Amino acid sequence: MDLSLMVSSLPRLLSAAVITLKLLSASLIIGLFIGLLFAILRLSKNFIINRFAYAYSYVFRGTPLLVQIFIIYYGLGQIEYFRTTFLWVIFKEPYWCAIIAFALNTGAYTSEILRSAFQTIKPGIIEAGKSLGISNKIIFYKIQIPVAIRQSLPAYGNEIILMMKGTSLASTVTLMDITGVAKHIVSTTYKPLEIFITAGGIYLFMTFLIHNLIKYLEKKYSFQ
Amino acid sequence: MDLLTFGKTGWGDELFYATLMTIAVSIIAMLIGFLFSAIFTPLKLSNNKFLNLIANSYTTVIRGVPELLVIYLFFFGGSGAIMYVASIFGYYEYIEINAFITGSVAIGIISGAYSTEVFRGAIQSIDKGQFEACKVLGLKRYIYFLKVIMPQMLRLAIPNLSNVWQITLKDTSLISVTGLVEIMRQSYIAAGSTRDPLLFYSFAAVLYLMLTFLSMKLINRLELKYSRGF
Repeated sequence: MDLSLMVSSLPRLLSAAVITLKLLSASLIIGLFIGLLFAILRLSKNFIINRFAYAYSYVFRGTPLLVQIFIIYYGLGQIEYFRTTFLWVIFKEPYWCAIIAFALNTGAYTSEILRSAFQTIKPGIIEAGKSLGISNKIIFYKIQIPVAIRQSLPAYGNEIILMMKGTSLASTVTLMDITGVAKHIVSTTYKPLEIFITAGGIYLFMTFLIHNLIKYLEKKYSFQ
Repeated sequence: MDLLTFGKTGWGDELFYATLMTIAVSIIAMLIGFLFSAIFTPLKLSNNKFLNLIANSYTTVIRGVPELLVIYLFFFGGSGAIMYVASIFGYYEYIEINAFITGSVAIGIISGAYSTEVFRGAIQSIDKGQFEACKVLGLKRYIYFLKVIMPQMLRLAIPNLSNVWQITLKDTSLISVTGLVEIMRQSYIAAGSTRDPLLFYSFAAVLYLMLTFLSMKLINRLELKYSRGF
């Protein structure tokens, strides 16, 4: 074990952690909106809308994230339409392709989490709102959504951790996130054990932080 | 579309064998995972704080670190570690370990961390009375485990194990970085030589979807079998 190498590679890995965090936060924010949209579509009574939302979540949860990134980064460039219009500004950048893939992926999982949260809201809460004469729209925004978010916090916390681990795949499309930089350092120093263990330590620390943040939020927003 | 036909001109047969490789790696990884959970689940449930700590650090570290990093560590670090051990015994040649073995072991260790958690949860949710009844009846330890605890544990564990199986199946796509020719790697090769990545990666996605769909059907049957009487 080369401890001095582990210490000296730490600053470079930590500066790469900024990219990992950027990828993570951008895809989580976009993914949350996609997830909320598709969770609402899943609850729709219309058969076609319902099936469409189900197919979306089934396809993105049933295929590896790596395939999704490769289709978006390598595959879509093949279509004439993507190359000739303004879309190419987005799809030629590995950074945006990775964010799109991550957002679509986490959106699928988030939609499942939120859907089950919406379905397990006690009908009594909604009925209480109705009997107080609150309009359906306000019941949805002020009662159903906050309760659903509280109920889905533990599952969503797991999803954040899974997504953070997923961002390591950005290194396969040439992005220099923690994993990408770690691999680059290994290719010049030939010390895989030291570097990958240091990188793993940074990821583990981030997992630890997210885990505790979610625990804190759970406590803060508990019903009791 | 004729790129996907079987024979010399198409990639159909290559992709077919690649699919078999994905299935083989997933099954072996899942079995290695069971082996690991057979070791670590008792440690998690034991009353000894030190044994708990070992098992908890295994599941926490593996579930908190990206799968890709674990695979890189095993693939690039594995041969170095083995060569170091070999050098103690006076063997200094370069040793390259097989991508299939490193891949299955790496994915197996990841899968094991998840299935350990599943088995722990399942055993903990078995009614305490069942354990006490076994003791009262004076059953031998292995009969008590095989005939009483195991069937109940499996009923509770199978739905969650099916999730672990899905995670494991999808994780095998990451082994492609080590050069093992499974679905992802074969699609990469085919996409490179035909310059048609969209077709091949989409087809890879379809293959994975088929695998997850078929395995779900099989697991649902198992689930029915083990929940007879409930």
